[in-house]
Amino acid sequence: MSERFDQVPIAGNIIKPGNATQYKTGGWRAERPVHTPDNCLWIKNGTCGRCWILCPDSAVRLIEKDGKYSYEYDYDYCKGCGICANECPTQSIRMESE
Amino acid sequence: MTKQVPQSEIRIEGLTGDAAIAHALKQCDIDVLSAYPITPQTIIVEDFQKFAADGEVKTRVIPVESEHSALSACVGASALGARVATASASAGLALMWEILYCAASMRQPIVLAVANRALSAPINIHNDWSDTYGARDSGFIQLYCQSCQEAYDTTIMAFKIAEDHRVLLPVMVCIDGFILSHNVERVEMLPDKAVQDFVGVRVPYQVLDPDNPITMGPLCLTDYYFEFKEQQDRAMKAVPEVYKAVEAEFKEMTGRSYGVVEKYMTDDADIIVFTHSTPAGTAKAVVNAMREKGEKVGLLRLKMFRPFPAEQVREAVKKAKAVAVFEKCMSFGAPSNPLALELRTALYDLEKKPMVTDFVIGLGGRDVPPTTIVDGIEKTKKYLQERSAPMYETLGVRK
Repeated sequence: MSERFDQVPIAGNIIKPGNATQYKTGGWRAERPVHTPDNCLWIKNGTCGRCWILCPDSAVRLIEKDGKYSYEYDYDYCKGCGICANECPTQSIRMESE
Repeated sequence: MTKQVPQSEIRIEGLTGDAAIAHALKQCDIDVLSAYPITPQTIIVEDFQKFAADGEVKTRVIPVESEHSALSACVGASALGARVATASASAGLALMWEILYCAASMRQPIVLAVANRALSAPINIHNDWSDTYGARDSGFIQLYCQSCQEAYDTTIMAFKIAEDHRVLLPVMVCIDGFILSHNVERVEMLPDKAVQDFVGVRVPYQVLDPDNPITMGPLCLTDYYFEFKEQQDRAMKAVPEVYKAVEAEFKEMTGRSYGVVEKYMTDDADIIVFTHSTPAGTAKAVVNAMREKGEKVGLLRLKMFRPFPAEQVREAVKKAKAVAVFEKCMSFGAPSNPLALELRTALYDLEKKPMVTDFVIGLGGRDVPPTTIVDGIEKTKKYLQERSAPMYETLGVRK
C-alpha cells in the first residue's frame, strides 16, 4: 500500500496472478475486536472456537501449544465486521473504535 | 518523415460532416465499430455499414440494443487491442455515461464521434453542446470541429493522439448536429494508403490475451484509486504536446492544421469573441465586417475543450479589454456557464484581466445569425463603459 502513482500498473490492471492474501483488507476497518480471555471457552478448555469458524476473513487464528490454548487476530485482514463479538457465547469479545 | 500528398492524389467530394467522419473511419481501417443510431449521428453508422456490407472494410460492425452496450462492446474490443470507434449524440451519449468513465479510466483509445445535440426535455433533435459538455469530466479528450473538412481531418488525427502511449485516452470528435452533420461541404480526401501510413498500426499497451492473462478494470478502493486518478490526470496533461506533434505531421502531409486554439485577428483586438464549432464560422464573418468599419474585434476559436488549453487561451486574450464568450450550453445553477467558467478560471491569476461577458446562444438548435454575435459584442462594449457586466445572459430568447 505504498507505491507511488507512477509505480502502479496503468489503469489498475492486474498484470500477474495472485490471491486475496495480497489484499490487506484490514485497512477498511472502523472497529476492531478486542478479546478478554477470562470467560473464553477456547482458552479455558480448548472448546468452542466459534469466532474462528465464523470469521469470514479467516482473521482469527486458534493456537494450541503443549496443551495450552490461545489465539490471535490478524488485523491485516480483519475488516471489523463484528461477527465474532456477536457470536461469542460468553461475550469475551467486544468491538472498540479504531 | 511524412511526405506531402500530391494534389493529383487528393479526391475532392461533397460530403456531410457525418459522411466525412464515416469516410475517415473507413480509411483508418478500424477493426470494430459498435454503435446505436441516433439523430443526427445516424449517417455515420449508416454510411459505415454500407462500406462493411460492400466489403470495402474488414471491420466487424456490432449491432447492439443501446448506446450503453455500444460503448461496452467498444471497451471490450479495445481491451483486446483492436482499433475501435463508435458514434453518438444527446440521449445516446447520456446512456453511455457509465461506460464513458470506464473507457477513459481503463485507458482505452476509442474514438467517439458526436454530432452535438440538445438533451431532453422537451425532446429536441437539434444542435447545442449540452451533451458533450455534460461529459467534460469523464476523462475523454474533446475536440470540436468547425467544418466537414475539419471533421474528416480530426477523426484521422484522433486515433494517433489516443493511441500514443503517453496518452492512452479516448477522444470525442464533436461536430454540430445538423449544422455540420447534415450539410454538404467540399472535403479533400486523402488516399487510403496515406491515411493508413499516417495512423499506423495500433500498438496496444496491454491486452487481454489468454496466454498471458491479466485483469482489467478490477475493484480498487481507498488504497490505490487515488493513484490511478493521478495517473489519468497526468495522461491528460500530456495531450497538448502529443496533439501538437501529431498535427505537425498531419500538416506536412496535407498543409492543414488547426491548433488547440485558432487566433483570428486577436493581436490588437479590444474585444475578442471566444467560442467554438460552427458559431466560430459565423463570428469570423462578423469580425471581418466589423473590422471593415474599423472596430478592433477578433475571434479566438477553441478546438480542444478537454484538456482545456488554459495557457494558450490566457496568452491570446490577456491584452484585450474584454472577452465575449458565446456558448450553446447552460449549467443550471452555476455562477455562469461551462465555457465561461473555464475561461474565467484560466484568467483568474492574471493581474490585469480582460472583462468576461458570457452569452448563452442557440440552445436546441435556435439559429445563431451574425446579428446575435453583433448583439453580444455591442452589449460587451456597453458593459465595458459601465465597468460592470452580468455573469451571463441569454441571446436569442423571446423575452
